[in-house]
Amino acid sequence: MTNDQIPNQITVALAGQPNVGKSTVFNLLTGLSQRVGNWPGKTIEQKSGAYHHNGATVQIVDLPGTYSLTANSLEEQIARDYIIKEKPDVVVAIVNAAALERSLYLVAELLELSAPVVLGLNMTDVAEQQRMHIEPHVLEAALCLPVVPMVASKNQGMRELVEAVDRLASDPDSYDPCRPGIREDHQAVLAQLQQIIAGQAPEPYPQGWVALKLLEGDQEITRIMQERLSPEKWEQVHSILMEHEDAILAVAGARYEWIGRMVRAALVRPTFGQIILTDRVDRVATHPFWGLLALVGILGLVFWLTYAVGAPLQGLLDTYLVQAGAEGVRAALNGAPAWLVGLLADGVIGGAGMVVTFLPILVIFFAALGLLEDVGYMARAAYVMDRFMHLMGLHGKSFLPLFLGFGCNVPAVMGARVVEGQKARLLTILVAPLMPCTARMAVVAVLAPIFFGPYATLVAGGLVGLSLVMLAIIGIALHEFVLGGEHVAFIMELPLYHLPNPRTIGLSVWQRSVAFLKKSGSIILVVSVVVWALSVLPGGEIESSYLAAMGRLLAPLGSLMGLGWQMMVALLTSFVAKENTIATLGVLYSAGEEGARLAGALSGVLTPAAALAFLAMQMLFIPCVATVATIRQETASWRWTAFSVALLLVVSFAVGIAIYQGAMLVGWGV
Amino acid sequence: MNEQRISLSALAPGEVGVVRQLAGGRGFISRLATLGFTLGAEVNMVQNFGHGPLIVNIRDTRIALGRGEAAKVVVGRIMNNDQ
Repeated sequence: MTNDQIPNQITVALAGQPNVGKSTVFNLLTGLSQRVGNWPGKTIEQKSGAYHHNGATVQIVDLPGTYSLTANSLEEQIARDYIIKEKPDVVVAIVNAAALERSLYLVAELLELSAPVVLGLNMTDVAEQQRMHIEPHVLEAALCLPVVPMVASKNQGMRELVEAVDRLASDPDSYDPCRPGIREDHQAVLAQLQQIIAGQAPEPYPQGWVALKLLEGDQEITRIMQERLSPEKWEQVHSILMEHEDAILAVAGARYEWIGRMVRAALVRPTFGQIILTDRVDRVATHPFWGLLALVGILGLVFWLTYAVGAPLQGLLDTYLVQAGAEGVRAALNGAPAWLVGLLADGVIGGAGMVVTFLPILVIFFAALGLLEDVGYMARAAYVMDRFMHLMGLHGKSFLPLFLGFGCNVPAVMGARVVEGQKARLLTILVAPLMPCTARMAVVAVLAPIFFGPYATLVAGGLVGLSLVMLAIIGIALHEFVLGGEHVAFIMELPLYHLPNPRTIGLSVWQRSVAFLKKSGSIILVVSVVVWALSVLPGGEIESSYLAAMGRLLAPLGSLMGLGWQMMVALLTSFVAKENTIATLGVLYSAGEEGARLAGALSGVLTPAAALAFLAMQMLFIPCVATVATIRQETASWRWTAFSVALLLVVSFAVGIAIYQGAMLVGWGV
Repeated sequence: MNEQRISLSALAPGEVGVVRQLAGGRGFISRLATLGFTLGAEVNMVQNFGHGPLIVNIRDTRIALGRGEAAKVVVGRIMNNDQ
């Protein structure tokens, strides 16, 4: 859109490398006006929002945080395509003053495009702490760009940034930056490339830029040009590129040389490197032994907090909201047909209640995680875990999403987005459902004491261990045999530690919770209604329902584990939500959900061996419907979704049977 | 000052090297170059236990690298007698 038609509408793209405080700036500018969606046709998250200034509405699109604009990843492609194709009025580039040269690399690439750039020189306080002194005016004079010094974490410099955007948007002709030149030894080869591709560069990509990207070995541009050029012309291009195979090093080197010239006068460094807090903390936090110990301690604390605070809240919500709601519906519909009351009270409220009662635990978990992310610890956790993740062909970055799986498998699958490389991402998604989530642990927490009395804690711990061991085994096997053992390069920035920003954490909790409610809520509701219907049709009794028939069909398989058809039905209903297992057992053994009565009804039913097999199965069984739906959404493939379900089905039955038959063999618990 | 060419993974903590060569595929080299591993850049080894991943400081940024990745970077070790 052009400014002439809609003078009151400005579009701003927010660009920046990771760890420059870009999301803090975005949160400050947009607040709760932000919307989270996906980039069209991609599984990468897109955040946008708006603010008002001087009577104009400023739409802000948060570009993915990338180190460069050379498309070796989806994020980089999205970021630069947005700038080239959507032509935002202004690009705000945030850089980290404490790592100025490196974060200016992205700016050097942005300046090769035509969109006007405002530079947000963020984290000047962190730079000062390290005795790096930057003169914004000198930098501004060198780059010929508006440079705004800011400390976004303390809300400093935001007004100036907004005003700089406003000035540039209202007078775009004033924009004439100092652009990084092409090094002499490249000019000839670039001219040659330009000549060959003349008239063939796809709109709206600038031709000179396309030639440069070809030289840099940009995968996306190379693919596009190979399609567009005639075979003869492509042959010419190809032979030039082969001749200059290491051109990317020279091009990147030239950009850094240019950056060096730009900052030389503006940046004063200390003569000696400072030993800063980050270095001190990292002596422990990234140590192979102490770091692991610290990680276990921190995660232990997160869990303790989650359960100590979250579980009672969950109980309260269940009693006063869900059960009271169901009672209310029954009372209000007094006299209505029984199927309607059942549908609403058991199907709808039961399903919706499941979602709601999970919120306290998820919120606390997300908050703890947001805090660890915001202070910069999560990268250290990934670093410490890298050597273990490596065994599965994953790298440390997969640790975070998998860890999320302890709370709930849904965010774990969604969190796999941070993992680079298609195969590593897919592998992370496939093993994520093996993380013992809170719902599964809740089932164990109820059933283990019934079956194993004083040994319940030991059994619960053993089941968690079993899940993690199976995760490792399946991970290694999938990596070797299904995904072809591709090695993923482990290259990761360790940001400086800094004080947490409550606003950033609050917003991340809010967004993750809303995403959970939106994405999973509706599916859980639908499936819980369907399963409820299966459990009452045709006769109204679960014992004679379609669901029971399915359970009886599975009975022969169950008998290999010493389990009756009721237990198989319980397992089937856990597909809706894991904690349904308890409710179903309560119904089938006509005991209700109360611990004591359920205990009485169940204690005589199963032998210890069968009970152990059952608990192991329910830990490893198909993930709940919300997780399956998320897997489908994130892999964008029904094939991989079906593969995931089938895999876990086979694994859970195999383990269950192995435990029961093994116990029979040694004569334990029969 | 004399210079010795070694792989980055052989650099001891506290030592400084100068990037001289990058091996590996285009995508890999592109990622490293973007992060500042260009020819002539100074790399400071922060943590290297001789096994597992390591941490370097380059252009004011701490970067964690897998051992295999670090092995593809050739640096000139700056011999420093003070340390």
